[in-house]
Amino acid sequence: MAVRQRVIPGLYRDSVSLMQCASKVEALPGVERVGAMMATPANLELAREVGMLGHEEAVGAGPNDLLLLVQGDVEEVALAAFEEAERILTQAPAASSGGVEERAPTSLRGALEASPDSRLALVSTPGEYAASEAMKALRLGLDVMIFSDNVSVADEVELKGLAHERGLLVMGPDCGTAIVGGLPLGFANVVASGPIGCVGASGTGLQQVTTLIDRLGSGITHALGTGSHDLSEEVGGVSTIDAVRALGEDGATRVLVLVSKPPAESVLAAVLDAAASTGKPVVACLLGVDPSKVQRDGVVVARTLEEAAWHAVEAATGSPPGRPDEAEIERDARAMAEGLQAGQRFVRGLYAGGTFSFEAVLLLSESLGSVTSNTPAGGATRAGDPWSSEGHFVVDLGDDEFTRGRPHPMIDQRLRLERLAREAADPTVAVVLFDVVLGYGAHPGPAEELASAVERARRAAAAEGRTTVFVASVCGTAGDPQGLEATEARLRDAGVLLAQSNAQAARVAASIVAEREEGAS
Amino acid sequence: MSGLIGSTPAVINVGLASFAESIEAAGGDVTQVDWRPPAEGEATAGRALARLTADPRVEKANEVALARFLAARPVLAGVATARDVVPGLGDRVVLHAGPPVEWPAMAGPMKGAVVGAMLYEGWAADADEAERRAASGEVAFSPCHHHSAVGPMAGVISPSMPVWVVEDREHGGTAFSNLNEGLGRALRFGANGPDVIDRLRFMASTLAPALGAAVERLGGIELKPLIAQALHMGDECHNRNVAASSLLTRRLAPAMLHAGVAGEQAAAALEFIAGNDHFFLNVSMAACKAMLDAAHDVAGSSMVTVMSRNGTEFGIRLSGTGDRWFTAPAPVVEGLFFSGYSREDAAPDLGDSSISEAAGIGGFAMAAAPAIVQFVGGTPADAIAYTNEMFAVTLGVNPVFTVPSLGFASLPAGIDALRVVDTGVAPVINTGIAHREPGIGQVGAGVTRAPLACFAEAVRELERGLG
Repeated sequence: MAVRQRVIPGLYRDSVSLMQCASKVEALPGVERVGAMMATPANLELAREVGMLGHEEAVGAGPNDLLLLVQGDVEEVALAAFEEAERILTQAPAASSGGVEERAPTSLRGALEASPDSRLALVSTPGEYAASEAMKALRLGLDVMIFSDNVSVADEVELKGLAHERGLLVMGPDCGTAIVGGLPLGFANVVASGPIGCVGASGTGLQQVTTLIDRLGSGITHALGTGSHDLSEEVGGVSTIDAVRALGEDGATRVLVLVSKPPAESVLAAVLDAAASTGKPVVACLLGVDPSKVQRDGVVVARTLEEAAWHAVEAATGSPPGRPDEAEIERDARAMAEGLQAGQRFVRGLYAGGTFSFEAVLLLSESLGSVTSNTPAGGATRAGDPWSSEGHFVVDLGDDEFTRGRPHPMIDQRLRLERLAREAADPTVAVVLFDVVLGYGAHPGPAEELASAVERARRAAAAEGRTTVFVASVCGTAGDPQGLEATEARLRDAGVLLAQSNAQAARVAASIVAEREEGAS
Repeated sequence: MSGLIGSTPAVINVGLASFAESIEAAGGDVTQVDWRPPAEGEATAGRALARLTADPRVEKANEVALARFLAARPVLAGVATARDVVPGLGDRVVLHAGPPVEWPAMAGPMKGAVVGAMLYEGWAADADEAERRAASGEVAFSPCHHHSAVGPMAGVISPSMPVWVVEDREHGGTAFSNLNEGLGRALRFGANGPDVIDRLRFMASTLAPALGAAVERLGGIELKPLIAQALHMGDECHNRNVAASSLLTRRLAPAMLHAGVAGEQAAAALEFIAGNDHFFLNVSMAACKAMLDAAHDVAGSSMVTVMSRNGTEFGIRLSGTGDRWFTAPAPVVEGLFFSGYSREDAAPDLGDSSISEAAGIGGFAMAAAPAIVQFVGGTPADAIAYTNEMFAVTLGVNPVFTVPSLGFASLPAGIDALRVVDTGVAPVINTGIAHREPGIGQVGAGVTRAPLACFAEAVRELERGLG
């Protein structure tokens, strides 16, 4: 039977490795015998002695070359054997015992090499590095969510252009929340899966709509955040439009929900056109935007986040969901308001969620007229000093001036707890209104701290013969790590009046002080 | 639209670790990046890096450069006099280690070596005269790397010194290195007394012809298999060369006698080699230079083809940026000092020998040479960790160089400047430490890291070039 040769020039392997290689290759079907050796004169002599090499046979190899000899049925067998031998001799061994240690990747690229199936990069580095990391992710073919803020508009425009060109999605910068294929990204709740796809340029807005959808018994496919600047003139809504189109093409998504604060006017039209052209029912909750500008065929306008959830669930299930009983909470509110004194006339909103703050300002302004805020909406007045309140006052404690050098109030509530005590001690305040955000990323147990603060404030007020009404809503689901039921129970225990949604909380707060203003006038 | 929609994506988390925990808690698949600001936080280089990431021009160029590096076949082809073989070595030229440096800025050991070379060449009668002439511009200085050459420590090569000739028989390139003088008072550490000059003369008149005859008799010595074998015998082939030197001697000794080198001359030559555990270092360096030169000048490639130090500056070159040097101040080496010496005595990092690490041996092969980590008070586990860490900054692996302690894994190969800047993992270098004053010699050995700043500058330049 013929013996065939192959030389691998300049490859050194020790004799044990070579013997191991030979025995593995001998196991291949049709292979009779295999020799693997460094082609030293001594080794060649041995090969001749065992008949693997003819006595006069020339070998095109020197002592530094590796010689493979295969005895087998046919040429194909020998070729396969040579290939297997070369593979064994040059392969990187398994990373098992004594092999190359798996190290935590130190770069995005390293991570992708370690986990080549990855498809999405979540970037939450300090803002000055976020654009570069996102660019790497896009160039490596990954979709990106940029949680980080402080990315320049120019960078955002470049990133989104690159993503669009490559058929990828950039969520953010300043994108606080997303749920993709059931995975919570950033601050996100545990929301049941279902037929509703959400796109939002506002973080807590998206959280409110998705949690309410869950609480109404439906669910979502994805909730795609697009970042707080996406709907600006400069950025042009690239991510929102791409996200809307993607959900439009997604078979599992039957209803679309759009959530945002007011977009630039030119962008508004483009986004709505994109949504309408998906041919799917669209619910648009564009807070602070004149409904007449939103009107399109196939687009239902929602004035509040809770309305958005209602309409979406209705579109998904074909029947209107049960709405919360307003009469009951109104009754409770009136009962609580009875202890208020004549001078207690104002509402103070202390918000962790930016969109919640925005929505509250809109609703309070509608009912109460003059409202002041550090993030004014509608007809509200901009606060000169957001650190101290006067009149009807809503403060977004997640705004830049409060988070510079400090964790966000959804993670660290200290600033809000201090402010809550101060507002409750103000004898002109009737209602303290606030939000509680649950879910991944948020404070692991916000209820206890808030409830204790409320209890302390109530005791302090009682000592002065006063009372204060605390109204709140919890943005969360039964599946959230903090537990919706436990959170609400603790707050209720402390005497907090709980609404089903932020909009309802704002309405109740407004009705309490509105009645007092009427009563006073 | 990507495949994001319609399924649950595996996620890479860059930043807050709690986000990865959330994804995991929700049953998702997530890889956390042990992130630090790339380019030590320097924004321009960070952005240049991002723009070059996965650039098909760079990827392709790196593939070509790495393939050429891996395919190179360095063969020790002979010994010759520098002026006869080293390109561009004029009459009054002295080659030195590292990036370009002129006399006034030279480190102590390098000045001492230059003086020694001038005395050896007969360009000055004494050290004072040599210094005067060197300062007056009568001698031209040029980096070894500009002449396909490398030299350890001061790396001084003058025209009548003997050099190793290493040929890349795959691509046809040639690289050169001087001959190793041994430890103690040596020219490469800046010593230039009569004993040093006498030894240089012995090397030229007795050693070099004997070696040349032996190599010729052998028809050349394939160097990659020899290095590969030494890596299995406890050398990393930069700071530990005892196995490779022995392997080389085993080849040279019989050949020298067969070639008819006279008994006394052969005895003197072999005795000299046997007394020097680092004899192979210069051969290995020339092999590394030949392999890396094969990978040089591939447009767009971010592969590092030179890492070198002149005692003042550390410099690198990339395959894709031609003759440009990217430099940063030379670091001081952390290590063990011979008795009587301390860090205060150390010269900043010096020598072309870091070509070894550029070629994936030396510090990159520390796992092969656990004995080496004793210089930094380390354990064999630390040695393995050094090698493991370097996989993060290389383009691939070299199947020819494997390490028993890593389950015979291939060593990392082809330093990628982009990966260095991206990960902040600075290439590790094993090295000797010279005394800062000329003429005293080696005072210790240890481990150092290539300064990240030169990689950042190289990445900026590569990006500018590609536009």
